[in-house]
Amino acid sequence: MSVREDLADRVPGGDAGFIVAVLLGVYAAYVLAGVALGYSIRGQLNSVAVLTFYIGVFAMLALALNLHWGYTGLFNIGIVGFMAVGIYVMALVSKPPAGTGAAQIGGLGLPLVVGIVAGMAAAALLGALVALPALRLRADYLAIVTIAMSEIVRFTFLSGTLEEFQLFGQQVGFGGGSGVILNFTDPMEAFFRFFGLWDSYLGIVTAFEVIIPNNPKPVVDGLVYGVVLLGFVAVLYWLLKRTGESPFGRVLKAIREDEDVANSLGKDTNRFKIKAFMLGCALMGLVGILWLMTSGSVTPNFFRPRVTFFVWIALIIGGSGSNTGSVLGGAVFAALLFQGPRYVKNLVDTVIPNADAPSSFGPAVAPLFSNFDPSPLFFYTIDSIRQLQLVFMGLVLIWLMHNRPEGMLGHRKETAAGIPLTSSRAKGTAHADGGERGGTDE
Amino acid sequence: MSDTDATNAETVGSIPDDAVATSSGSDGSSSRLDLGSGGPDVAEQYPLQVEGLRKTFGGITAVDDASFRVEQGSLTGLIGPNGAGKSTTFNLITGMLQPDSGTVTFDGEDITGRKPHAIANKGLVRTFQIARELQDMTVLENLMLAPKGQQGETLWRSVTPGFRDDVIEQEEELLERVWNVLEFFDIDHIAEEYAGNLSGGQRKLLEMARALLTDPDMLLLDEPFAGVNPSLEKRLLEHIHELREQGYTFLLVEHDMDLIMENCERVIVLHQGRVLTEGSPEEIQANEEVIEAYLGGNV
Repeated sequence: MSVREDLADRVPGGDAGFIVAVLLGVYAAYVLAGVALGYSIRGQLNSVAVLTFYIGVFAMLALALNLHWGYTGLFNIGIVGFMAVGIYVMALVSKPPAGTGAAQIGGLGLPLVVGIVAGMAAAALLGALVALPALRLRADYLAIVTIAMSEIVRFTFLSGTLEEFQLFGQQVGFGGGSGVILNFTDPMEAFFRFFGLWDSYLGIVTAFEVIIPNNPKPVVDGLVYGVVLLGFVAVLYWLLKRTGESPFGRVLKAIREDEDVANSLGKDTNRFKIKAFMLGCALMGLVGILWLMTSGSVTPNFFRPRVTFFVWIALIIGGSGSNTGSVLGGAVFAALLFQGPRYVKNLVDTVIPNADAPSSFGPAVAPLFSNFDPSPLFFYTIDSIRQLQLVFMGLVLIWLMHNRPEGMLGHRKETAAGIPLTSSRAKGTAHADGGERGGTDE
Repeated sequence: MSDTDATNAETVGSIPDDAVATSSGSDGSSSRLDLGSGGPDVAEQYPLQVEGLRKTFGGITAVDDASFRVEQGSLTGLIGPNGAGKSTTFNLITGMLQPDSGTVTFDGEDITGRKPHAIANKGLVRTFQIARELQDMTVLENLMLAPKGQQGETLWRSVTPGFRDDVIEQEEELLERVWNVLEFFDIDHIAEEYAGNLSGGQRKLLEMARALLTDPDMLLLDEPFAGVNPSLEKRLLEHIHELREQGYTFLLVEHDMDLIMENCERVIVLHQGRVLTEGSPEEIQANEEVIEAYLGGNV
């Protein structure tokens, strides 16, 4: 029983309350640091929007990976591959037909929702394709197959052969190395138009001119999209919590612990594994779509394996096996390891705008020894923060493995049952007889 | 068959009241521990029949033309010196390994080479030589896993509002059954403990409880007394006898000759992958070949 676990119990609202509390803490830290260093309001809001975006996508990816690894013990290191298939298929389906749009390569011109569903379905099918041969082998082989698959996917989208082709009489394609321009309706606009709220949304944007006089729309768009992503996080959390707290989740857990045992108790473990794997892959496809569909274009080299390992770090920080931990891990990873260093760099650049950073390590260290001046090294470090970021992540990972391998919330009781399993027999009996606690499914 | 029926009738009152009282309630006619639906089919006199089973690993023949059958409602022992092929035979019967030749028939159906889960679902359930509890799951979770026919094992039912209510209802029924079994095995005080924290003996009890919850007709126990202290061994044996009297069939792999001789009605002796002999404990004890096999002589 650690301090953190006790803390989670004491926060009102339980797990959800704890997540909200951590998020508020992160935001407060960002805003306070910004205020202290005199960031403009526009800059503040922008950084909050970007932070929210990354918290959203990493939380969702960690949730999906938790279903694979935390629950079922499936070693998937091909996450980006499923994300890539998601967004590429979505683009193929939803881009307007060739000739009508500005881009040369067309799509099928179907609504965005159809595209999103198709993207998820394609990711799930790819998951099944990968899983069918690999699940019959020992667990490590799935890892090898998935990472190979993710690279195959990337090179497939890079290849000239699929740059343009005919599908259902339409000239479509994946654009090869130069990527695909996502020239479908702005997803935000489509989203609000669907609810008939586009005009009121534009009204809100105009109202923001009080705070940001100059072109507030990109900032507001970013903020609202962040909120939409957090909404998706909530839906995924709900879905996966229900999945975990059910007989289905119980079998997954049993597979993770000892597949032979689950099998000898009459569970068709291969079917459970494939189902869980496909669901997780579909969700990874969805995150791929949500991550990139507002970015205007997508190129295959976005989907390098490093993104996969970012998600793994997020899950390990949070604690695999726990849905709450996954969301927390995604948030903490995004705020401290992914966005944090860049934010610090931006802040320093704002506060000390004209600092000259040495161009290499030698000039950066030399003054430290010659006249005890640490500032060149400091500026050099700040300037190389993007590269150093990976070093930080590695250090954090090593530290976690040594000191807290179960993560922030790992090994916590997230009971794999539809009802609370309490030690009190009396309670259980009263429950069955009286049937008073009907709403235990939440 | 009539013998086992008679045994059942005689032992109606023999189960301690507190073991079953909470569940069956009005249904006093049944002496079986209330594990939910059904019981062993008494249709077949020999539910498990093994014919000419053979398995080689490279150049080693682990099981060599083994044939035997297990009588309904009996406690049958499968003994043999180290390397006689006992565990391999178990793995062949339960589908963990595929035989090179031979057939396994259970309840009149050929189950040779079927998948382990299919065989378990037919009512032939095994336990493992080294207790394999699901460590990071609580005792209750371990046991809730076992029952067959759980609606909530279908993903969409567990997730979709409305359908989930049925799942929850079934979970409540399952929890009742699980508590009955926990109390029967007298491990209800550790219900919320993680299985990985249990003692060796508690793991053995948990494993047998879990196997029982699948509502089997026949249990294959692979050395259930290995590493178990004498007092717990006695308790486990009592449980096995109680359950056998309720109509379950047991096939027991065991090293300990004395234990087998005192508790089993039938004994099958494996030696070098073959069935050396088969009979009552008395017959086995008087058999020269068996003594020689155990003393290491070449038969």
